[in-house]
Amino acid sequence: MATQECTRIVIIGATSAIAQEVAKLYAVQGARLFCVARDEQKVIAVASDLRARGAEEVSVYVADLRARDVHADIVARSQSVLGTIDCVIIAHGVLPDQHVLDHDVDATIESFMINAVSVISISHRYAEVLEQQGSGSLVGISSVAGERGRASNYAYGAAKAAMTAYYSGLTVRLRPAGVHVLTVKPGPVDTPMTKGIKMPLMVPPRAVAADIVRAVSRRAIVLYTPGVWRFIMALVRAIPDKLFVKLTKF
Amino acid sequence: MGTTFESWGRHPTVEPSTVVDLAWTQDLNLRGVQAPVLAYGKGRSYGDVCLNAQGTIVSMDRCTRIREFDRERGIITAEAGLSIQELLRVIVPHGWFVPVTPGTKYVTLGGAVANDVHGKNHHRVGTFGCHVTAFTLVRTDGTVMDCSPQHHAEMFAATIGGLGLTGIIATVTLQLIPIASRMIDEESIKSRSLRETIDLTISSDEDWDYTVSWIDVLASGAKLGKGLVLRGNFSAVADGTLRAPWKEPLLKIPLEGPSWLLSKPTIALFNTVWYGKQFASMHRRHIDLEPFFYPLDAVDRWNLLYGKRGMLQYQCVVPLEGGEDAMRRILSTMQGGGISSFLAVLKMFGNVASPGMMSFPRPGLTLTLDMPIGGKRMFDALDRCDAIVHEMGGRIYPAKDARVQGSMFRAMYAQELAAFQPYIDPGMSSSFWRRVTQE
Repeated sequence: MATQECTRIVIIGATSAIAQEVAKLYAVQGARLFCVARDEQKVIAVASDLRARGAEEVSVYVADLRARDVHADIVARSQSVLGTIDCVIIAHGVLPDQHVLDHDVDATIESFMINAVSVISISHRYAEVLEQQGSGSLVGISSVAGERGRASNYAYGAAKAAMTAYYSGLTVRLRPAGVHVLTVKPGPVDTPMTKGIKMPLMVPPRAVAADIVRAVSRRAIVLYTPGVWRFIMALVRAIPDKLFVKLTKF
Repeated sequence: MGTTFESWGRHPTVEPSTVVDLAWTQDLNLRGVQAPVLAYGKGRSYGDVCLNAQGTIVSMDRCTRIREFDRERGIITAEAGLSIQELLRVIVPHGWFVPVTPGTKYVTLGGAVANDVHGKNHHRVGTFGCHVTAFTLVRTDGTVMDCSPQHHAEMFAATIGGLGLTGIIATVTLQLIPIASRMIDEESIKSRSLRETIDLTISSDEDWDYTVSWIDVLASGAKLGKGLVLRGNFSAVADGTLRAPWKEPLLKIPLEGPSWLLSKPTIALFNTVWYGKQFASMHRRHIDLEPFFYPLDAVDRWNLLYGKRGMLQYQCVVPLEGGEDAMRRILSTMQGGGISSFLAVLKMFGNVASPGMMSFPRPGLTLTLDMPIGGKRMFDALDRCDAIVHEMGGRIYPAKDARVQGSMFRAMYAQELAAFQPYIDPGMSSSFWRRVTQE
């Protein structure tokens, strides 16, 4: 498949560290961006930055994505601003403290609503738009945490597992329509979301962003970033359950 | 165990009690944070001005957003954690350059203001602070001050060169300079003595925007102060290079070097080769701005080459009147103290005054040397150099210092300190500041 230019871009969760870096890379190329985030002041700061770096146009939409009734409006507004949409990047999410969630069912469900349900709700609507266009890329930022539930972050992992499975199916469904779907599975990234957590192989958001932009232009299906996680996760998935349950620190 | 912080000299290494990893300048709120507080950018100063042992470090590394870029007038406002490296990628394609740049592009705007950095064009345009039109300062009591020469003018002056002690610099507005090309027309002239180096500097300063001399520190006697005088101007030809791609560092130093790597024999060899590689008395080059301004940035983490012990940098300025003699005495004192410097740089500061109260540059000759950390003999020799500098009415550069005696620093900056003191944020301090004011 030939690569196509990515100039009209929707970013959901535009104030996330990875999303900001991806947006900067597209801004330098003169893209038109539609940025959705919850915090008005911050998304305005992001938009100003993207304009200064060369974005042709940046529109801002402030919304709390937990409220599902705004999702349709986000899609409609981005369509009317950008016309044809080349790329939708779903980057919003939270990393809750699993120790707190262990004894709080409401907070567990709440995190799932954001990380999985709102992601599916928004992605599903954009899937319709792109399918009708017969073009474009839908990029979902999932996680390697979705590959196997671990004691240290299974609520987050469960939502990312739902997202990954959903994106996997969507990839197949939209392919005949000429729509590209990319599931991004970053390993630990050094962002404010992972503040205070020390993990091996941590990479800066800038490196992940460069991988994402490259994967979009190559129309890759699944991106492990950094690439070494493809092998690590293959091993992790291969660990027999009887052994896995003993890895309590994992 | 907490996180350790170090500066580019890797001496000292300290552990702050708290680290605030600031993601948004909007979230900057220092109330309730354990005092004293200090902002930390890229850690490219050499000594301990950017360190805060047992205090709070506010890491500005993620605050790199540009607020506004006026491409017609060349005015940019950005968050203080933005580095010159990243700034250049935004401004150069539009025909703008930073008015003043230090010898590395890996410094933040906040650090450039706090240390009031200078460059090879000081004789023309003064310090970095001369081109800052405004900044936002956040004090530990929560006050946010928009400072400029018109507004909170005293706080503006105190913060430029104020070593980060007046509050946290959140955003900086800078007037850029126009360029037509990325290319520099450079001349390199061999000088055979200190007298010749100084004379060539004085004559070059008239026609060249950027001048600096590299001195062979091991030459003594009549040859003391011999070296290469470099001078350059931006090419005025619109050659279409402004949008050329940027290069990544050629080499990355992966780990600490062994101590013999940069020791007296290898440094002597380097100095000889560097001086000797140019046979002609003058050499002309048409080179890109990166190798011209940032030759050392081509080797990422070159400071690791000094090994575990780390390194010191020593920079002083003395008035031109009597300056030649002072330089001679300083260089001989260093040689007498067994100090061998990998790089020694001589530059003339001009008459453009900085708005900064504590700003280091003064008209006269400035000498910079870096050296591997040595024993008592080295530190004693540097103390003797301080005495010569002070006797001449000169001073040393805090951004490069890790060892000056407190009483000597207070003597060198006596007048400035009296004016500066009232503007210090009572909730802020640094390892440097405690060292020079309390010891």
